[in-house]
This record gives sequence, C-alpha cells and structure tokens, in this order.
Amino acid sequence: MSEPLLLEASSLVKTYRLAGRGPFARKSLRPALAGVSFVMRQGRSFGIVGESGSGKSTLARIVLALDRPDSGAVRLEGRSLLDLPRRELRAARAHMQMVFQDPYGSLDPRQRIEKIVAEPLAALGRSGRAERRARVKDALEAVGLKAADALKHPHEFSGGQRQRIAIARALITRPKLVVADEPVSALDVSVQAQALNLMSDLEREAGVTFLLISHDLAVVAHLCEATAVMYRGRIVEIGRTAELFTRPAHPYTRELVEATPRLDRPMRVASFAPSNGGPEATDGCPYAGRCAFVHPRCLKQLPVLESKGDGGREVACHYPLG
Amino acid sequence: MLLEVADLAVDLPTPQRWRRVVDRTSFSLAEGESLGVVGESGSGKTMTALALMALAPEGARISGSIRFEKRELVGLCEEAMRQLRGDRIAMVFQEPMTALNPLHSVGAQVAEPLMLHRGMTRSEARRRAVELLEHVHLTEPERAARSYPFALSGGERQRAMIAMAIGCSPRLVIADEPTTALDVTVQARILALIDSLRAESGMAMLLVSHDLAVIAGHCDRVIVMYAGIVMESGPVDIVLREPKNPYTVALLEARPRPDAPRGARLATIPGAPPVAYDHRAGCPFAGRCALTIDRCWSTPPPEVAVGPVHVSRCHRAGEVGLAQ
Repeated sequence: MSEPLLLEASSLVKTYRLAGRGPFARKSLRPALAGVSFVMRQGRSFGIVGESGSGKSTLARIVLALDRPDSGAVRLEGRSLLDLPRRELRAARAHMQMVFQDPYGSLDPRQRIEKIVAEPLAALGRSGRAERRARVKDALEAVGLKAADALKHPHEFSGGQRQRIAIARALITRPKLVVADEPVSALDVSVQAQALNLMSDLEREAGVTFLLISHDLAVVAHLCEATAVMYRGRIVEIGRTAELFTRPAHPYTRELVEATPRLDRPMRVASFAPSNGGPEATDGCPYAGRCAFVHPRCLKQLPVLESKGDGGREVACHYPLG
Repeated sequence: MLLEVADLAVDLPTPQRWRRVVDRTSFSLAEGESLGVVGESGSGKTMTALALMALAPEGARISGSIRFEKRELVGLCEEAMRQLRGDRIAMVFQEPMTALNPLHSVGAQVAEPLMLHRGMTRSEARRRAVELLEHVHLTEPERAARSYPFALSGGERQRAMIAMAIGCSPRLVIADEPTTALDVTVQARILALIDSLRAESGMAMLLVSHDLAVIAGHCDRVIVMYAGIVMESGPVDIVLREPKNPYTVALLEARPRPDAPRGARLATIPGAPPVAYDHRAGCPFAGRCALTIDRCWSTPPPEVAVGPVHVSRCHRAGEVGLAQ
C-alpha cells in the first residue's frame, strides 16, 4: 500500500427531492448517498458493485464533479474538487474522464472519429490542430485501432470497436482516473473480453486507474483488487474483490454472489423473496427488510462499517457471516 | 414431440437482395422440456424465436417446417396464428416496458388473453388477473392490477408479463432474454419463478439468452447459434463441460470468472461476426477460429455426432476441446 493516494471520497451525502403525485403532495426526500467514504491509490483500480438504486451512478457523478454532494469531500491527489474555482476545476477535469455503458448512444453518429475522440481536448480549450491530430492518433493506437480510423464515422465500427473509441476519447487528456460506469455490460461476451483486457493493459502501461462501476462481480474481479458493495446509498462491505466473492461477510454481498449465474452450479434463490426490501426503516439496517438473517437489533440500530479480520475488510453488519 | 423445427430458414429483404439470417436450423422440444438458445448479437437466436411465433419482421420469408402439437405453423394464416399466440404458446420479452401497453392498466392487460382465448367476461377476467398477479408473487396484487406499467419496477413488470403469459396455461413459453435488463438479484428470482411455474404446470420452455450461465442453470438442452446456424447442440451439462465446437469453446473461455487472478488475460475471439455470410460457402466461424484448415473455407461444415445426443457442426469436431 505504498502507492500515492489518487482519490479520497469522504462522508459523501446526496439527497434528491422527489416530486410527489399531484400539485399539493408533499415532496419526499430520497437519499442517494448516505455517507460514502473510500480511498483509491494510483494503479489500483477500484470496483463498486450494487443494484439499480444503490447510488453507484450518483457516486460516479460526484467523483467527477458533475454534481455536488450535500456534504462530504472529494479529493483528487489531495486537492479538494469541491472548493476549486471554475477554471482550476476545468484543468483538474483533464485528469479524470468517464466511459459510459452504451457505445451506441454516447458517440455522435454525424461526427468523424477524430472529432469525437478530441472532444475532451476542445473542452479544455487549448492545443493546436497538429497537436490534436497527434494525440488522437496516440489514443486510437493505445486502444488497438488504426490512425486512419480517425476519418471514419461511428457506424463503420462494431459495438466492441465503438467501446474502444469511447475509451480512446477518455484517454485523450492522459487522465489519471477513468470512471467507467458499466463499460462492458452492453457488449457480447467475446467483445467484452477484449475491452477488459484493454483496461488491464492501460492500467499497467498507461498509468490509468479505473473506478469501475458494475453490477457484475466477475467483471469487477477481473480488473479491481478492492471493491465496495453498495446498498441503498451506503457501502455495506469493502475488501479484496476475490475474498468478497469467496467469503462474503455481509448478507447482501452473499445474496449478490449467490444470484450471479455460474456455469458450475444452479442458483439458490427463492422465487418469492422480496425484491425491493419494502419500505426503508427510519433507523436500523437498510437491508433488514430483505435479510435472511435479520435479528431484532437490526431493526433498531444502524450498523456502521467496522473492520473485520485483516486485509482491510470492512463490513456494516451487526451479525457478519463467516 | 411438442415442437419440431426442421430446416428452418429466415430471409429478410434488403434493398439489393434477400439476406439469410437463420439457416438450416433444426431442433425439437418435448413436453415439459426446456431448451436454451445461446448466441451473440446477430446470431439469429431472436429471429428463430420470432419465427416460431410468426412475429418475424414484415416481409420476412420463412421456409422449412415448424410443427407444434403436430400442426404445421409455416404458412398458417394470421388468424389461426393469433388463436395460438397467448393461448398454447406464450412469449416473454426482454423489455416489459415496451412489451406492455403504457396506456392500459396491468390488470386489463393480464385479463385480455383470458377474454380472447377463454371467453371470460370482463369481470371474470379481471378477477382471474388478480389471482395470476398473486401467483407470480407480486406483493399487493390488487394494487398492481390497477397500476400502469410505469408505476412498477423492472422486476415487477417482468412478473406482470409472466402472469400474462401463463394465464391460459400455455404448453410452450418462449422467453427471449427475459432477465437481461434486470439486476442480478431480481434476475435470479424471476428465473426461479419461471422454474417453479414450469414445475407445477409442465409447460415447455425455449429460453433465448446471450448468457451461457443463465442457460446452464435453467435448461435441459442447449443449442449454440452463430451467423444464423446451429453450431452445437446437446444436453447442457455435456455441452458446457465438453464442448465440441470451436465457437462454443471460445464463448466459454472469454467469460470473466470471479475466481480468476486479477489482471489475468481473458481469451478473446479475434475479428467480428460476419455481417453477410454466404451460407453455401465454408464455415461462418472460419475467419475467427484457431483450428481453421483449407476445407473450412470451401465446404460448409457437416453435422457431426460427437455423443449420443450431442452434435457439432465442425470439420474438426473430433479434435475440439476446452484448454485446461
């Protein structure tokens, strides 16, 4: 753990106001993040897993300073992103980029690849045409495409190649951090393997560290040494990815592991288990309504992340498994 | 046999010529059995499912034979097909938000096939719809029946779709990527629900998926499709353990495994699937296969029996296996 700190997220809270039904209905508050903290080191890609509504995409937006938290802090290499003046924030954005899930929707079909890939540079507002050309060429070659591809349009590429283009676009500013939100879930298995190998190579050779957000534990395990499991806006377990998978300590992590389809064993899930966990308890564990091991204490007292064993494992559960 | 498909071919019109998207596809399904159809995008798996329901796109040309309950479906008139759909054969689609009508309540949509095929009155059908919604374990089935699709979560919508599908006790349900848009925990519950409904009613299932592991847990047999043809077919456990087609092997080896060491190289399949494959020429996988020999380019691969009910369409089927 001697690598320098890359990103620190501390106590992030974000609440969205949901409009009620009808003009006079009370607006309800929905916490998307309820106190999320984690640390990423350079060269150590970090995974976030959780289901829809767990707050993982909100977290991505806040890390990239696309959205402000209600409270908490985000530091990139020690500098707080939230306090930066606009111009310096722009400069800081050069160090962090984003890759989206859908390689079809995120590339403008009317533009040439050159313009699409160079877009983050234009947003930074410097660099001449010659330099831009050269950097587009470098970025395309880094993802295994040819310099000549710069003159083509998105429709001339397959889905896997388009995701490479999206990754090239993220690399053009030579970022230290790339936030990848479900980068391979829309791809076929054969193409997904190429994209995952590419991300591994970039981490090793181009000094890019990924914050990889996915619902698929196997995808995360491939790239990330450590992973946080999120449930309803909270990190419920954090630790080495391989160990989370083999020995989950939080009942929700275990549910995720058991629900993941595997070739070697059938799933063990009841068809009638509640899928949404019912209304959220005001106090108590947010997972209590769905937990197979719930105790009375779980309904009254909110469990906080506490370290369990060695290897940096932390779990927010009154009665951790194993 | 409940369903027998022989030499099915689907041609789609393009401005220049016909494009064959499914070719030489044969399989059968016994009462109560479940068959998985696996393949990547463009493999023809969805088109095969649509052809069975006579729901292929306008202008598509279907040839070969589809016999369901001893009745030939190819060439059957639309009226007769409509009698079968939603009654003897039901379908569950990938995206229930688009498959359900946003302007009608969930209860009305579940009730519709009951009025159409069972001659129930509106109020009888509505009552039965609530029972069906309860049967698929929707909490508060009355509330769900009154709701419109947008008010339900993705998992709840898929349960409603399933309630609609099973209303008339079909003998065959065709499920096309029924859980692809859902969270893994919700996916696991929906698949378990389908399993339990099949166990109590004995309906057969054709499950179309891009995910071999989903098929592994829920099907008796599997067919692996590529470029519109069946590359391999057999019992699920045998095909996954001892695949005899290079494409199946490549699909299995490209899967990221949760227990693999971090940064381990995944096997990739070089190149991309053929956009327009000439079905009279060689093997569609030849350009991407590590075992390609001259014959693969010139002669369509034959169906080789590699086990009692295990067939691989490959010139070198006998030499293929997983790298260990």
